[in-house]
Amino acid sequence: MDPIMREIWAVARKDLLIEARSKVVATQVLPFALVILILFGLALDADRSTLRSFTPGLFWVATLFAGILAIQRSVSVETSSAAFEALRLSGAPGWKLFAGKALAVALQLLAIEAVLGLGVVVLYRASFADPVLVVTAALAATVAIASAGSLYGVLAVGMGVRDTILPMLLLPVLAPVLVAATRAFDDGLGTTAVNGWSWCALLAFFAVIYGTVGALAYAVVIEDA
Amino acid sequence: MPLATVRTRVEAAAPDLHGTGSRATRILGAACLVGMATLLMLAFWLTNPDERVDEETNIVTGQFDAVRLLYVHFPVAIVTYTAFLVTAAGCIMVLWKNSTWWDNTAAASAEVGVLFCGLTLVTGSIWGRPIWNTWWEWGDVRLMTTTILFLIFVGYLAYRRTMTDPQIRAKRSAVVGLIGAINIPIVYKSVEWWENRTLHQQSTLAELKVEDLTLFAMIFGMTVFLMIYVWLMVHRFRIGWLEHQAETAGLAVAIAERRAQAPDDIRNAVTDTRSSLPDSGVDT
Repeated sequence: MDPIMREIWAVARKDLLIEARSKVVATQVLPFALVILILFGLALDADRSTLRSFTPGLFWVATLFAGILAIQRSVSVETSSAAFEALRLSGAPGWKLFAGKALAVALQLLAIEAVLGLGVVVLYRASFADPVLVVTAALAATVAIASAGSLYGVLAVGMGVRDTILPMLLLPVLAPVLVAATRAFDDGLGTTAVNGWSWCALLAFFAVIYGTVGALAYAVVIEDA
Repeated sequence: MPLATVRTRVEAAAPDLHGTGSRATRILGAACLVGMATLLMLAFWLTNPDERVDEETNIVTGQFDAVRLLYVHFPVAIVTYTAFLVTAAGCIMVLWKNSTWWDNTAAASAEVGVLFCGLTLVTGSIWGRPIWNTWWEWGDVRLMTTTILFLIFVGYLAYRRTMTDPQIRAKRSAVVGLIGAINIPIVYKSVEWWENRTLHQQSTLAELKVEDLTLFAMIFGMTVFLMIYVWLMVHRFRIGWLEHQAETAGLAVAIAERRAQAPDDIRNAVTDTRSSLPDSGVDT
């Protein structure tokens, strides 16, 4: 493997290994995502046509809420036993640590999205009009959410109130991502006639912006984490 | 920190201080009051309601008296953007130069900016009721993004309160503020990007240039609200600076207070040890 990728993958692999052994995301976050889907169904009176037309928005809101938990988990594995100190002592530059942490979050988010995707098909009767668009939009949005989330997660490290401040910091910043991802899914799931690919391009733009800012800012932030 | 403690420490740091006002800010404050009174005169009496008569059908259209609210709404919105841009500049300077002065400026400007952003949303909402026939329009993207901007900077202010170490707070909140500021061009460009979904006019100034006094009132309103922004900024900055002094002086005062509580023999022993040590060059 390319030496740059090797260090990034080492960080990501560590997080995925912790998840494989602890199964926190699999046994707590994934079921929570399904609970959100079911709550939406109950709140919207199980009106099938309503649920179907709102599927793109509900899908992404559920992803964001479950994503907050995945991001908090990604941070908490570092704060316990001063693991973050050890990570910094590895000598890898900040942007590689950031890329590794974000990659692990992104892979876990994709797993959550895959389950949610199955959930909306079964529960909301959603259908994939354009599967390529859906997958591309999901990938771009996931990179944007994981990048912003990993940066904001570490910004909240070392404060007694991190559990409450993280959603307030992160969700408003991700609001444009929510809009663009929902619009792209509107086209991909065939619920509204919009040009999904232009929204997909916007998502890619957000992914690049948040990825770049995150990589640059991470080194500054972890100096005193 | 209790207010009484802050006061004691500030008095210790700056004994001849009486409030955050000065001769210059009092003159500026008086100018703001006069300007505001003049703006209200312009808005309510000297300018005409917005009425346009279609020459063929004789149907009168326009914003009528609601246009008067724009003499406040538009300037307040401009000040909001200015305030958040100042915050962004402050955040860049904190990360670049590690400057306390700029950290204080960024925090002060964000606080005043959130106030003006809230006013922008409220005045816009009141104006929207007669013109758009709704208090809140989800389809209007500039309204949506301004709301998001408001939430992002409320988060920034909340985030600042979670940290006590001034150095760490300055650096981390600079990162948060800068990412929030990246949202400003998105807000500004949003009308172009999401054009087919918006109710907002492309440019308020272009539409109102038909009447000279209208345009004048708009620019005058901008000047008045920028003056109010500067006035608020100076005061907020001075409060922030005093808070900073209290935080820094606080530690020295607290150590001195604690030391004074020790019994005499221990205090003398500590003093003796220190005086017998070779001069380390560290200023106590």
